[in-house]
Amino acid sequence: MADAKKTRLGKWTRRGLITAGVVTGGALVVGVAIRPGHRAPKLRDVVADADEALLNLWVKIGADNRTTAIVPHAEMGQGVHTALAQMLADELDADWNLVDVQEAPAHAEYANHNLAKGFLFGDAEIPHALVGTVDGVVLKLTQAMDLQVTGGSLSVRATGLHGMRVAGAAAREMLAKAAAADWKVPARELVLKNSHVSHDASGRTAAYADFASAAAQFAPSSKPKLKDPGAFTVIGTSAKRLDIPAKVDGSAAFGIDAQLPDLKTATIRGCPVFGGRVAAVDEAAARRLPGVERIVNLGDAVAVVADGYWHAHRGLAALDIEWSTDGREALDQAGIFAQFDGALARAEIEDDGDVEVDRGDCEAALVAASSRLEGEYRVPYLAHAAMEPMNCTAWLHDGVCEIWTGTQNPLGARAAAAEAIGFEPENVIVHNAYLGGAFGRRSVHDYVVQAARVAEATKAPTKLVWSREEDIAQDKYRPAVTSRFRGGLDDDGHPVVWTNLYVDKHEPAEAPRIPYAIANQRIASMPSPTHVPFGVWRAVDHSQHAFFTESFIDELAVLANRDPYRFRRNLLVDKPRHRKVLDTAANTAGWGTAPGPGRGRGIALHESFGSIVAEVVEARVDAGKVRVERVVCAVDAGYAVNPDGLVAQMESGIVYGLTAALYGEISLEQGRVKQSNFHDYPMLRIDEMPQVETVIVDSGGPLGGAGEPGTPPLAPALANAIHDAIGVRIRELPISKHNLNV
Amino acid sequence: MAEVTINGVARHLAADPDMPLLWAIREELGLTGTKFGCGIAQCGACTVHLDGVAVRSCTTPLRAAAGRSVTTIEGLQAGDGLHPVQQAWIDEQVPQCGYCQSGQIMSAAALLARIPAPTDNDIDAAMRGNICRCGTYSRIRRAIKRAAGEGQSNG
Repeated sequence: MADAKKTRLGKWTRRGLITAGVVTGGALVVGVAIRPGHRAPKLRDVVADADEALLNLWVKIGADNRTTAIVPHAEMGQGVHTALAQMLADELDADWNLVDVQEAPAHAEYANHNLAKGFLFGDAEIPHALVGTVDGVVLKLTQAMDLQVTGGSLSVRATGLHGMRVAGAAAREMLAKAAAADWKVPARELVLKNSHVSHDASGRTAAYADFASAAAQFAPSSKPKLKDPGAFTVIGTSAKRLDIPAKVDGSAAFGIDAQLPDLKTATIRGCPVFGGRVAAVDEAAARRLPGVERIVNLGDAVAVVADGYWHAHRGLAALDIEWSTDGREALDQAGIFAQFDGALARAEIEDDGDVEVDRGDCEAALVAASSRLEGEYRVPYLAHAAMEPMNCTAWLHDGVCEIWTGTQNPLGARAAAAEAIGFEPENVIVHNAYLGGAFGRRSVHDYVVQAARVAEATKAPTKLVWSREEDIAQDKYRPAVTSRFRGGLDDDGHPVVWTNLYVDKHEPAEAPRIPYAIANQRIASMPSPTHVPFGVWRAVDHSQHAFFTESFIDELAVLANRDPYRFRRNLLVDKPRHRKVLDTAANTAGWGTAPGPGRGRGIALHESFGSIVAEVVEARVDAGKVRVERVVCAVDAGYAVNPDGLVAQMESGIVYGLTAALYGEISLEQGRVKQSNFHDYPMLRIDEMPQVETVIVDSGGPLGGAGEPGTPPLAPALANAIHDAIGVRIRELPISKHNLNV
Repeated sequence: MAEVTINGVARHLAADPDMPLLWAIREELGLTGTKFGCGIAQCGACTVHLDGVAVRSCTTPLRAAAGRSVTTIEGLQAGDGLHPVQQAWIDEQVPQCGYCQSGQIMSAAALLARIPAPTDNDIDAAMRGNICRCGTYSRIRRAIKRAAGEGQSNG
């Protein structure tokens, strides 16, 4: 019996599936047919025992009839494991109670470097002819999986839509074929439901598991039929998050919780002036301290290795490090903004800049306008401040380097570690854990590189844990931006011109675009690089630009003496989705009613990552102190895969945006970050939490992101509310910088 | 070195008595549910109970726990079932990334032990020391009220 099974499985090779037409051309690398005993031994970890058959990359049906979704994305609180599993389970008609999730390991079997090379995320890079076909699906997935990135609010949109649903539908068809063949009945007479196949006429019922191996011998359809949304039974429900039980009893393992025998612990200080180097280290005092075992000079950072974090921490404090900073210590925050101002002034004089939008004749329209307005806005650098400080455990042994960490991009972590220690990537094994917050920070692997290099020196399993101070001082910050606007109204108070010049452009380029029908528009940017390392921060450039554009449109409404909501609404020509979202937020908030004494109400609308979000903020300004009392949020993310999950992400994005708007500021002083921990880089706390009401607008449009789009509208809606309350226009964040005692 | 009762079991901890309790719990005992967040008692991720009172273990030296009773998230549940606060956290689908939630739950459990039916102001006072970067505060408040309600109806 065992032999028979083995033989049958033996035919089910990766090549077999390819010749069966699952994938064609160069796209054969996707590990669709990986199974136990296959020549990809690293994947054995994913499969518990030989009775399990991996139908394809994302579906595994075990002998116990449990379906495991193997997802190429990290769970960092956004509920992605659950949402992706829902998409698979629905198309597969699996019993939701029999569905588990595993994160795909960082192995090349899950990716295709050749296909994905050079790609970055974005629908535009996918050849349109391929989208919607299995080849396109595979290409898209290959791209996603090579990077194996969790970010850009793409998990559900790309992997979910093009991968999980297709995989589930294909697997379902194969199971049906296998059951039909075995029972000798037409497949159309079968009912597949709750992980069982049944045939009413003959009264037979069997578990999916009974057909898993047989099903694997059928070629998956090149175009498995996907359900119409009306037929969804799991998608669109607020299924309970699969990861939550482990997060209430302390058992959920984050990167920092890695435990190994004889583990050393290190902590580190990088040069506080970015780009600086270690000139000299006096180790004497540190070496005398208990538990300190080794001091590792990485050239741009120094690590102390000890028998535990506390001793490493004390050792680091006792080090006397002299840094070589090559004049970078002269830079401060005022100098950075002055540099930006200079770049903008040059652009204005020379009519220079990288033009993103150029429509009509803005200069002529400004001359002709009956009223004009100019505004300059600024936002500072921001740190991510994920609750789990950066950390990584590395162990070089037997020719491999094992990594335990939390990363948004396991394959990227693997590549970074391999390069740092001169290993082949296939000899680096990344064990990804739950991420204790990420928000973009854990897509850059400086901490992984450091850990690999320290472990190379210690020749022992070594856990590198950053202090919170290091986390704040060595982030990849949301860029500081200065943005200038000019606008003009015609005699009827209708905006006719909008110019926007800003520094510095990052990603995505469309972030400063506006949905409003203004005939003459020019949006351009000027580069003005600094030595401050920047990275992606929740919603990337959308969070800065939404503050600018949605504040300036509000200023134009005030100039026109119009209601800011109706002013926007009238400009949403041919934008029915935007208009509905805006209307929903306004109506839910009771727009038009008096907000109460000392209170103001502000609105903002912004689209990012395929989702349209409008927020109405009600704020009170009392003795100069801003108190946000209520936030109403309307979101159109196409359709909600998990409504409660979408609501949770909106709440989360709102708090993230509110913290940044009220308090968030990283400033440079003598070339280094002035802030150090939560006492001087404060976070919103529970006693400041507003009432948040989220309304989902299911437009049925293309799936949008959830993790990021809630953040951008918050800051402008709040700034607009403050203006409504006390007449003060906030043009620079954070709000805590301003004296609002008026 | 200190004798400390951890989750009901008397333990002999060999660590330096100046070492924060957090690191003794995590590294010497391997109880990793208690988290390191800031090291300066600003975020609450390291919250444990010391004789039933919520304290920040990152700034509580081991010597201060000598001869006393410490409860960590791993020791919160009574018998087989989850503590009512843990159950409420599941029912309200509170955690996102989850990293701060051990500390949140320990603060909430200490609050409810002290004030079985807390007001919003009581919740603010007890919970404002716990930062959640994912912004789950609304759900935390709802879960505390749910746990309080169930405590009332059960008791």
